[in-house]
Amino acid sequence: MGCKCGSIESVNCHCGRIVGINGNMLTVEFYGTVRQNEVAYVVLGDARLKAEVIRIRGRYADLQILEEPRWLKVRGHVDFTGELLAVELGPGLLTQIFDGLQNPLPELAKQCGFFLKRGVYLDALPRDKKWEFTPVAKKDDTLRSGDTIGTVPEGIFTHRIMVPFSLKGRYSVERIAKPGSYRVDEVIAELKDKKGSIVKVSMIQKWPVKIPLKCYSERLMPSETLMTKIRIFDTFFPVAKGGTFCVPGPFGAGKTVLQQLISRNADVDIVVVAACGERAGEVVETLREFPELTDPRTGKSLMERTVIICNTSSMPVAAREASVYTAVTIAEYYRQMGLHVLLLADSTSRWAQALREVSGRLEEIPGDEAYPAYLESVIAAFYERAAIVKLYDGSMGSVTIGGTVSPAGGNFDEPVTQATLKVVGAFHGLSRERSDARRYPAIHPLDSWSKYCSIVKPEDLQLAQKTLRDGNDVAQMMKVVGEEGTSIDDFITYLKGEYLDSTYMQQNAFHSVDSSVSAERQRYTFDKIIKILETKMTFDSKDKARAFFQTLTQRTKDWNYVDMGSFEFKGIEAQLDKMIGEVAESAQNIQ
Amino acid sequence: MRRIYNKIEQIAGNVITVIADEVAYGELAKITSREGSSLAQVIRLEGDRVSLQVLAGTKGISTNAEIRFLGHSMKTPFSKSMLGRIFTGSGEPRDNGPSITENMIDIGGPSVNPVKRVIPRNMIQTGIPMIDVFNTLVESQKLPIFSIAGEPYNALLARIALQAKVDIIILGGMGLKHDDYLFFRNILEKNGAITRSILFIHTAADPTVECILVPDLSLAVAEQFALQGKRVLVLLTDMTNFADSIKEIANTMEQIPSNRGYPGDLYSQLASRYEKAVDFEGAGSITVLAVTTMPGDDVTHPIPDNTGYITEGQFYLRNGRIEPFGSLSRLKQQVNNRTREDHRAIMDSMIQLYALYKESIEKQSMGFRMSAWDNKLLKYGERFEREMMDLNVNIPLEQALNLGWQILADCFQPAETGIPTKLIEKFWPAAASNGTL
Repeated sequence: MGCKCGSIESVNCHCGRIVGINGNMLTVEFYGTVRQNEVAYVVLGDARLKAEVIRIRGRYADLQILEEPRWLKVRGHVDFTGELLAVELGPGLLTQIFDGLQNPLPELAKQCGFFLKRGVYLDALPRDKKWEFTPVAKKDDTLRSGDTIGTVPEGIFTHRIMVPFSLKGRYSVERIAKPGSYRVDEVIAELKDKKGSIVKVSMIQKWPVKIPLKCYSERLMPSETLMTKIRIFDTFFPVAKGGTFCVPGPFGAGKTVLQQLISRNADVDIVVVAACGERAGEVVETLREFPELTDPRTGKSLMERTVIICNTSSMPVAAREASVYTAVTIAEYYRQMGLHVLLLADSTSRWAQALREVSGRLEEIPGDEAYPAYLESVIAAFYERAAIVKLYDGSMGSVTIGGTVSPAGGNFDEPVTQATLKVVGAFHGLSRERSDARRYPAIHPLDSWSKYCSIVKPEDLQLAQKTLRDGNDVAQMMKVVGEEGTSIDDFITYLKGEYLDSTYMQQNAFHSVDSSVSAERQRYTFDKIIKILETKMTFDSKDKARAFFQTLTQRTKDWNYVDMGSFEFKGIEAQLDKMIGEVAESAQNIQ
Repeated sequence: MRRIYNKIEQIAGNVITVIADEVAYGELAKITSREGSSLAQVIRLEGDRVSLQVLAGTKGISTNAEIRFLGHSMKTPFSKSMLGRIFTGSGEPRDNGPSITENMIDIGGPSVNPVKRVIPRNMIQTGIPMIDVFNTLVESQKLPIFSIAGEPYNALLARIALQAKVDIIILGGMGLKHDDYLFFRNILEKNGAITRSILFIHTAADPTVECILVPDLSLAVAEQFALQGKRVLVLLTDMTNFADSIKEIANTMEQIPSNRGYPGDLYSQLASRYEKAVDFEGAGSITVLAVTTMPGDDVTHPIPDNTGYITEGQFYLRNGRIEPFGSLSRLKQQVNNRTREDHRAIMDSMIQLYALYKESIEKQSMGFRMSAWDNKLLKYGERFEREMMDLNVNIPLEQALNLGWQILADCFQPAETGIPTKLIEKFWPAAASNGTL
């Protein structure tokens, strides 16, 4: 006897009562009908705490509570909503900072002060703000879900107000609002379906986070390189618009710095940052610094193209899973407007751990390292939401997903890394050795790979990769036979490999010039370095060879640190040419 | 409503189960038996079966012990009168002072809204070159010291605490040897720091469950001081004992273990404590320095591994020295661009050269001939270890940077260091014995 909705425990009843509490897992006895994955509210005094149904057995549903479970009691009342976990989509998402359940955090801080308060759910989109609406569709136009009704300006973008994605079939426009300013929840159009019933449409719509948006005419092959302005990415292991990549690495190898660099420099329209189960401090850096930084593409603040979803490690675990889905749904929403969106998820391992935690509480049969058996399919389905698509109106939009992985002990043979590697298009493996030697970004040049197109000529890339491999082989050999047992030619190969590594693969993330390198400059520098690698060299002794390369390395690094096209740039380039010319000449004379 | 029960259904490990009504998750109860009384905390509810973890352990508890539910969760007092005092893991006085019951606050409160945090900006000077120069400690940072038994980690912790300019020091001791507890107490007293310190001490002889509460008590009190604008330094030693206590309870509760017997939520458990480190917008800050002893000196063990992913860097303490490799302060970039312009260059190049020195040492030990370059590196490495790495070195940052230049100039030609030419021109010591421009 716990029904409060008045339907007296019939099928329509949406009440339940708690019968067990184990951490963030609740067992709830229900009386009517429940849906798998529907949202329920657990009533605690005046507060209503969000929870999600994750298993149903007989009259009992298991719920993961998306908040702290403290002070809940057996026999506590539960309200089922019948709705899946969904996000609000509409103008006003950009520049926002949300938690995993799409609560705007700055607004929450205004209401609750320093600390997060459970059970407080605010509107994701501000309801009082007015938007300048321009209709695009006309009366009696035939539209389908995803088609544009009208537009509003949102910062630097033209935000399309679209026919709700949840509507099926064709609709004719019955009425459309005149140009003017409207709030997000005002009706701006009325659509009529074939049977003649009317659907009222506002600028706001809801979409369940775990279901991919598919309102497009076709999905294309990712082929255009997404510039990150990081040399080792764009030249060696590029990422494509609409593609996927992952950055696994042990702690302290520089995953987060890399992600921050990419989020600043990536050549996309919109960046969605999902800070999932990681440090709050890192989110703070992003959200304090981005408003101050200028986006070189637009001249506006970087924040104008950014949405941050943050569910840091001390925030409720179950909401972590929701946070990555919230992020990808927002990314897909902007893709529907013909924009290129990059989603950075840091870190997918924390999300996988949240799955593991829940699975353990459900007492499911554990797989490898106690991760549930469905881990792989869940990860694959998530990365598959990245795509470059042709929309109904012919424009292109893309979602690129980059996830970091934090493997236990830095060992890539663990379930999350392996499951991720199967489904991504590029792999940037960070290595402890390289970060210990301060060789940043610590992406391992021999282990990493990419299936996408580089910005330099393939034959040059092959030569560079061969130099690295050969140089590494010589280095390995030298460990056994020593320097004196190595021929001078091999030794030069080794030095060339080291030179390429330290002047091109490595990049100073904290230097104003070196931290972001344009495609043009990358091609120019790379050409120069390829010429150096191709130059035949002879030296009297290994010490001389080493001294030559040390100077060459330092000059090239100096070159990296000055603005392209500046007077100094040309000066250093001339010095480099001279050094190489002399060495090449002496090599020829000897021959 | 009945709040007192006399029938225990089950006693397993430190967890008891009773049949009771109207009990809240996380509620506290008082268990009274012949042995005395103890607090206990509700950790699972299944219908009317209530499982509680008993803070003082279940030794000697009889099935008819009295269980009285208190109607509130675990709390700690918070007041200025706690300064200079020493408490146990259940918040009782460990010194002979009176118990404090004023202004009780909840422990393990909600997490800070990220938008109310500010980017840390203040360096904490320690006088240890391996920290100040190479891995600068920053106010509001959370940083563990990874070490192994036998290393002087507690001494290092105490030294940093005394040298750091903070308002309040809170020490949370978990599974401490009694000697270590006395060491901390004495060193704080001797240096006159005890009057700005609060100690929560759980020794190895105390019941396991109390160990779990030590970080929560310490951090809850720290948080209140920080909200009042104080800069608080929290020292936690040793977090490995804390994690092991969590494992013990999880296993008693028959949770499915994930890795080497540790529960799947170890990461979240550790994170919810470490994440209390904060720099509040418009108020004070909490800096957390913790010791994690690595079982078997293995950094891939679940405790140090999970810790490393949570904290903002780590110091490796090995052979009485802070290792340059692996040690990292993630926040150093926030401050070392405003110390001196050569700070970053010195930091990077000295470590790169030290890495090369290690390679040369390896070659030497395998019996290969040493080249002229190797000999330079050997000379450099030896001086670096003696003049920079030794923990007895106690010099301010400026002096340490100058010393760095001197060592480089004594060992190398400028080009060999890989330092940008501009800095070389400005800082390379003129009267170096072995290097001219």
